[in-house]
Amino acid sequence: MGVGIEVTNLNAWYGANHTLQDINLPIPANHATALIGPSGCGKSTFVRCLNRMHETNPIARVTGSVRIGDMDIYADASPVEIRRRVGMVFQRPNPFPTMSIYDNVASGLKLNGYSNRRALDEIVERSLRNAALWDEVKDDLKKKSGASLSGGQQQRMCIARALAVDPEVLLMDEPASALDPVSTSKIEDLIFQLKTQYTIVIVTHNMQQAARVAEKTGFFLNGRMVEFDSTHKIFTNPSDKRTEDYITGRFG
Amino acid sequence: MRKPETVAESVSQPVSPSSGQGSDHGITAPLTVPVEPVSEVRRFLLARGNSALADRSFSALMMTCAISIFAIVVLIATELVSQSQLSWSKVGFKFFYKFNVDPTTNLPLFWDPVNGDFYALPFLYGTLVSSLVALLIAVPLAIGVAIFLTEMSPRFLRGPLSFVTELLAAIPSVVYGLWAIFVLVPLLREHVNPVFISIFNNPTSVKLFGWTGLVGDDGLFGGVNLGLGLLASGVILAIMILPIIASLTREVMSAVPHSQREAALALGATRWEMIRIAVLRNARIGIVGSIILGLGRALGETMAVAMVIGNAAEIHRSLLSTGHSMASVIANEFSEATSDMHRSALIEIGLALFLVTILVNGLARLLVWAVTRGTPARVS
Ligand SMILES: Nc1ncnc2c1ncn2[C@@H]1O[C@H](COP(=O)(O)OP(=O)(O)O)[C@@H](O)[C@H]1O
Ligand SMILES: [Mg+2]
Repeated sequence: MGVGIEVTNLNAWYGANHTLQDINLPIPANHATALIGPSGCGKSTFVRCLNRMHETNPIARVTGSVRIGDMDIYADASPVEIRRRVGMVFQRPNPFPTMSIYDNVASGLKLNGYSNRRALDEIVERSLRNAALWDEVKDDLKKKSGASLSGGQQQRMCIARALAVDPEVLLMDEPASALDPVSTSKIEDLIFQLKTQYTIVIVTHNMQQAARVAEKTGFFLNGRMVEFDSTHKIFTNPSDKRTEDYITGRFG
Repeated sequence: MRKPETVAESVSQPVSPSSGQGSDHGITAPLTVPVEPVSEVRRFLLARGNSALADRSFSALMMTCAISIFAIVVLIATELVSQSQLSWSKVGFKFFYKFNVDPTTNLPLFWDPVNGDFYALPFLYGTLVSSLVALLIAVPLAIGVAIFLTEMSPRFLRGPLSFVTELLAAIPSVVYGLWAIFVLVPLLREHVNPVFISIFNNPTSVKLFGWTGLVGDDGLFGGVNLGLGLLASGVILAIMILPIIASLTREVMSAVPHSQREAALALGATRWEMIRIAVLRNARIGIVGSIILGLGRALGETMAVAMVIGNAAEIHRSLLSTGHSMASVIANEFSEATSDMHRSALIEIGLALFLVTILVNGLARLLVWAVTRGTPARVS
């Protein structure tokens, strides 16, 4: 089951570049929340602050607090513990090319030393089913390399890999932007189903996509969060002029 | 065809803003507007002709260079083969494993120019053992250095450290040999070997591990502790091949895409786990390639080994014993080889060394190339 996220006064930097400024945002549990905004406004930086990936960049810095469930991720735990609870799917599929499909999906568990074979088999199957990939790959799970799949299949495998560690939150940074329309709609259907079990934060360039999958939408501009509201409200009756300009295509 | 014309047009008629740029560019522009090539640039380029002659002579020259490299390799090989005929026709393949027995001491006799024994096994053995010892020491160190350089070193240290590592590769091997004689050999004799001897040759290890044949007086550290010998050659070779393996390993490791590291970290991998599953695993074929390349260098290394291996054509299990290597026996004896058979046998050793190093290097280059040229090699 997912948990909610409470972001308070989040600031992030790349070197001297103040990329995120005073972000405050409540992300509800077991819902999908979309983040939209023009390129370079800080959406990726924001989601990377939610699993402490931001600080893997040596020039990066962050202040403020992020509570996931009852844990302040910058005060109460190590980055490694956080990332085991908060899964992430990247813009470009990044399967491990030297591993089979099975090992790719199991990699998060294996690297944490989980070795119950029977349970692993079950988890791999369940994760692949959840990612709507099982039927396509079940016959060559251990025969084929993860890199031999098509782009859309690779991305669903990466989703399965993230789901296999049973995260409470799933972060998706433009998960469909490198994919063809068919794969994109599969991923959207998937998000629609997954959000009943996980808290999903999805960055997207595509406003129809946000409208289709998310209950809540946040609009980012130049490192600030301009508006956060129900998706319906953002797309039909935004309160901020800049949001309106963006969704009507007047800039960005 | 179309592009140069529109360029010429916009250069020659800069007054009309809509003619060269804008919406009609490439969409509605007619395909066959004959535009006079009047611009200065155009005239200059046209005057150059088709440049075919220059191109042809350049590729002919490059082709000659490339072919002459092959020619040199083939020439060396045929020369070695023909010059080693005498030895080959006399003992054939036995050259590499046969020996005579000294009637007085009952010891095997492999190589004795005075009595005319010319069998190469001790040289194969010495080359192989010293190279393996070198790999055993150099590989873990080199991979450690490469991991430190790509994954852990602070940015400002990275440049200087890589530079120093690669500098090691530029030192002439005779200098390594001198250093080994004056520093390494005494160090091994006084401080390192005694430790191994006390571990391997004490009664408890002999009682426990005697059956392996690796301990005690006939074991890996039995016999007289001279400092010189197989172990010393292995250590000096390790130092010499460390920079090769480290710098190539660093190269294949930095060819692993950043997204692989992020994939592992996002799954909750610690830094070491990330290095293991995302970096080492993807780079492993290239790492094997760089190890084999280091091996190639170790097999062929002459001077430094000749200075510390002891130059005795014998085979002993102990790493403390003196030995000989293929390259160093050639260097030591070729100028004094008076009999045709002696000379021919040395050349046959050279031929064997030539074939082995060509094979090893070819294989290594292939592996490194397969990895660094693009995606990490995959298991299918
Ligand atoms: N690795 C990085 N190093 C330095 N600056 C970066 C890096 N990644 C992003 N930035 C900067 O941070 C800002 C926000 O980038 P990002 O979060 O990727 O935006 P978005 O995902 O909304 O397109 C941009 O100005 C970008 O130049
Ligand atoms: Mg982005």
